[in-house]
Amino acid sequence: MPYTITEKILLAHTDKKSISPGDFIYARLDMALGNDITAPIAIKEFESTGARKVFDRKKIALVPDHFTPGKDRKSADQAKILQRFAIKHRIKNYFEIGRMGVEHALLPEQGIVGPGDLIIGADSHTCTYGALGAFSTGVGSTDLAAGFITGCVWLKVPETIKFVFKGRLGKWVGGKDLILHTIGDIGVDGALYKAMEFTGEVIRGLPIDDRFSMCNMAIEAGGKSGIIEPDEVTRKYIRGEGRRVKGVFFKSDKDARYCDVREYDAGKIEPQVSAPHLPSNAGPARKFKKVSVDQSVIGSCTNGRISDLRIAAKVLKGKKVNSRTRLIILPATQRIYLQAVNEGLAQIFLNAGGVFSTPSCGPCLGGHLGVLGKGEAAIATTNRNFRGRMGHPDSEVYLSNPAVAAASAIKGRIAHPDEVR
Amino acid sequence: MKFKGKVWKFRDDVNTDEIIPARFLNTQDARELGEHCMEDIDADFPKKVSRGDIIVAGKNFGCGSSREHAQLAIKGAGVSCVIAESFARIFYRNSINMGLPILEVKDLSGIKEGDYLEIDLDKGSVLNLSENRLYKALPLPKFIQEVIRSGGLLKWIKEKKGVKKNAK
Repeated sequence: MPYTITEKILLAHTDKKSISPGDFIYARLDMALGNDITAPIAIKEFESTGARKVFDRKKIALVPDHFTPGKDRKSADQAKILQRFAIKHRIKNYFEIGRMGVEHALLPEQGIVGPGDLIIGADSHTCTYGALGAFSTGVGSTDLAAGFITGCVWLKVPETIKFVFKGRLGKWVGGKDLILHTIGDIGVDGALYKAMEFTGEVIRGLPIDDRFSMCNMAIEAGGKSGIIEPDEVTRKYIRGEGRRVKGVFFKSDKDARYCDVREYDAGKIEPQVSAPHLPSNAGPARKFKKVSVDQSVIGSCTNGRISDLRIAAKVLKGKKVNSRTRLIILPATQRIYLQAVNEGLAQIFLNAGGVFSTPSCGPCLGGHLGVLGKGEAAIATTNRNFRGRMGHPDSEVYLSNPAVAAASAIKGRIAHPDEVR
Repeated sequence: MKFKGKVWKFRDDVNTDEIIPARFLNTQDARELGEHCMEDIDADFPKKVSRGDIIVAGKNFGCGSSREHAQLAIKGAGVSCVIAESFARIFYRNSINMGLPILEVKDLSGIKEGDYLEIDLDKGSVLNLSENRLYKALPLPKFIQEVIRSGGLLKWIKEKKGVKKNAK
C-alpha cells in the first residue's frame, strides 16, 4: 500500500502490518519532552500513579525555558520540580539555565531528535521537528506522564494535506513568510487534526532553519504535525556541529494518498505580516506601513536561530532603533547566543540600541522580558498573536519574519526591509 | 453521566490564552486557575459562572497551546461540560485524557446564552430545556470511549499493564 512519510513513520513505531488515516494506534516514543509550564503537572500525575521508574531516562527531555531565568517565586518553584525529577530519575536530557535554550531550537541543535523519530512534547510547537523528517506532535501533560511511564502514546493516524511550493523565493522572503501565507490561505483550523507535508522545489532549496520555522507553525493552522522529507540539507544538519544523529530517511510514495493538495507560486509571496488577533490574518508587510509599534521582538522557537539573527543584523547594521520603540532580541539557545557574540551580531544589536538577552520563551507568551502594556503594539517573529498573548488584553501583536521585525524597529512602524537598506 | 446546567456562550476560535492567560501558568492549582478562567474575554466570567454550568462555543475551541491548565481552569471554575462545533486537537485529547466531558455538535446556533441544557454523555444527547429541542453529538470513537470509561488516560494505562511490550 502506498504511504505518506507520516504514515510510514507511524507504522514503523507500531507492530501493525498496515495503517490507514483514522486508525487509532498505540505507538512507541523516541523522545518525550516537557517544559517548566507543562512538566510539573506531568510529574505530579506520574507520581500520583505510584510509578517509580521512567520508561527510558535517555528518551525524556526536560527544558525549563518558559518562565526562566526564574521570573518570580512560583515560577522558580515550578522549574525546581523539573530539576528534582531530572536528578531523581537521572534524566539525560535536562538543560539547566546557562546551557539551556528554547526547547524546539535546543533539541535539534543537541542532536537528540532526528529523521524518522516519533516525538511527543507537552508544548504545542513540538511539531517543529517535522523539519527533520520526524513525526512530532504537541500533547498535554497527561499524555506526557503516560509517556514517561509506558514509552508509548495513543494517536489517531492523521490524513495529510500536501503543500507544494513552486517558483523562486523573493528577496527577504523565508520559511516564516511561506507558512504565514499558508495559514492565511487555509485558516487557523484549515489543517485541524491533519498532517501538513511541505514539498516542492522551493522546500528542497530551503535552509534547515527556515524549515524549522515552517513546521513550527503547523499548529497555528490546527495541524497535528508539519513535515518535510529529509534530504541532503537534513543530512548535513544532523551531522553538523558535532552532531551524530543517524536517523531513518522516510519518503512519501509517489502514489500516496492526500486529502488535499495545494500549490503556491512562492515567487508571488512577499514578506508577510499577520495582524491581530489570529495568525491567519496574513498579508504583505507593505500593507501595514501605517501601524506604529512600541516593541519589536526577535526570537522564539519560530525565529530565534542563528540565520534569523544574521538576517536581523544585516538590516540593523549601522542603524539605530527608533526612539519610541524597544527592540528585544532573544537568541533561542546558549550556543546561538555565543555564536551571535562571536560573529559580532551582538555588537550590532547593542549598538543599534536593542536589548540582547539570554535564551527564554520570555515575552512570546507574555511571560517576562518584554510584556506589553495597555494599548501597546508589537511586531514579533514569534508564532501567536492571540488577544493578550504578549501582555495586556488590550495590546496587539503582529507576526513577521526577522527582517521585517528589524526594519520595523528602526522605523518605529511596520516596515519592509527595503525601506531601511 | 448526566448534567444539567446554564449555558455560557462563546464564539469561534477561543484559544487557550483566553481560557487561561499565560500570566497565571505559574501554578497548577485548579481553584486558583478557575478564578481567572476566560477573564480576558469576559472579566466577570469567573464570578458569574456557577457550579455545573456549561460552556457552549463555536468551532476550533481551545486552539493554541497544549497547557492542561485550560482544562484545570474550566474545571476549577465549576464548569461541568464543554460543547463546541469543533475542538482544537490538543485541547480535545487533553480533555479526554483528563476526564473533562466534551461533546461535538455540528450546529449550535440555536443555543443561546442563559439557556438550560440537559446532557446525557452516554447517549451523546443535548436537550435544550429552554426551547425543548434535542441535539445529537458526534459519536465518540471506540478507543476514546474506552479511555473515558476507564476515567482518563492514566487509569486506562494502569488497566492495560504491560501494554508497552504489546504495542499494536
